Amino acid sequence: MRYLAPETLDDAVQMLGAETGECRVLAGGTDLLVRMRSGFAEPDTVLDIKKISGLRDITPEEGGWRIGAAVSSAEMNEHADLAAAWPGVVEAAGLIGSTQIQGRCTIAGNLCNASPAADSVPALVAARAVVRVAGPDGTRDIPVEEVPTGPGKTSLAKGEFVASIFLPARPENSGDAYLRFIPRTEMDIAVVGCGLSLKLDGAGTCTDACVALGAVGPTVMVVDAAAAALIGTQVDDAALDALAAACSDAATPIADKRGTVEFRKHVSGVLARRAAVIAKSRAGGAA
Amino acid sequence: MSKIHVTTTINGDPTEFLCEPDETLLDVLRDRLGMTGSKEGCGTGDCGACSVTVDGRLVCSCLVLGAEADGAEIGTIEGLADGDQLHPLQKNFIEKAALQCGICTPGILVAAKSLLDHNPNPTEEETRYWLAGNLCRCTGYDKIIRAVMDTAAEMREAS
Repeated sequence: MRYLAPETLDDAVQMLGAETGECRVLAGGTDLLVRMRSGFAEPDTVLDIKKISGLRDITPEEGGWRIGAAVSSAEMNEHADLAAAWPGVVEAAGLIGSTQIQGRCTIAGNLCNASPAADSVPALVAARAVVRVAGPDGTRDIPVEEVPTGPGKTSLAKGEFVASIFLPARPENSGDAYLRFIPRTEMDIAVVGCGLSLKLDGAGTCTDACVALGAVGPTVMVVDAAAAALIGTQVDDAALDALAAACSDAATPIADKRGTVEFRKHVSGVLARRAAVIAKSRAGGAA
Repeated sequence: MSKIHVTTTINGDPTEFLCEPDETLLDVLRDRLGMTGSKEGCGTGDCGACSVTVDGRLVCSCLVLGAEADGAEIGTIEGLADGDQLHPLQKNFIEKAALQCGICTPGILVAAKSLLDHNPNPTEEETRYWLAGNLCRCTGYDKIIRAVMDTAAEMREAS
């Protein structure tokens, strides 16, 4: 195996393009190095992106935030302004693994590892995050939900990698939240996850919403019917009931030792309801 | 496979080593540098026995490549005591019997030191969450948590 640590994006793209064998991108390594050790990944080359200029930075941009692909979850959680703008995203990133894992793991890696249960992804989808992909043809920006295409699979072409993730400006009177169910209090894989973002008008009526479910399908899913259940309402009990029903309906989980289909469908609704209450409160809505 | 030349700082000492590209920092520490205080429990980032700091950040050294240490400041359990003078955490772990077999202890001490560096006055809940990535099969954790909490209080009084 070869280890490469380019210092510019251009060098990284060039190196990736020149690789004929299997090349894996290394950010935090909390998935990749585990896979390599267990023999599930045997790359010819590992390309470490942590030394690339700018990729470890959280930068304000157009009222929002650009998070470099090598920024760790711990760094996100220590960034007070980012945490204030997108608490749901930052909390979701903060749920991944132990303190030691937090010091290394990245949301870009969480996204590209493409686990259906990735904690940060539903929150990023609900936030309408935009992924900047670097590749031989330059960079392109795509909605975050277009990256994972199935368990362990992404839409990235050979030679491409995620350079950064952009969280847009937080609209007035808006809030987001991410909740997951695990059978213990810490360090587990989501049985169900729900990211939710909503915006209210001055009168407390919901004018926009995005709801995403994790771990109940092959990829994180956007549930348009759930957003529709909130928009135009005061996010009251009737709207929350409709939201929960839409999420339970939309979920297409598997049954395994951590949860049955029925349980996961039910919990999808429960988490969506609770996340909506938190997001509403963060948006300044009445309890 | 050609070896990589790495220049780094470990516990304040400038250090150089050669390692294979796929060799972990944990293997470098133990097998090349003879620093066997960091333990391998799981090798997959679950148990925390290999905890070290990289540029002040607590990580599992089994999930860091040796090559990544280039230019970094590494902190290991070997740097915790000041010569023969044990760190207050080490003293309290001994006095309060916060260890039995001892395999998890170096990782827990490194993690606890990192906690106190970040937060000299942690609550018990914060301490338990911070150390949740360090597994111990002997103690049931209570004595560990008490030793860390007592050390935090002592160090606050001393400062």
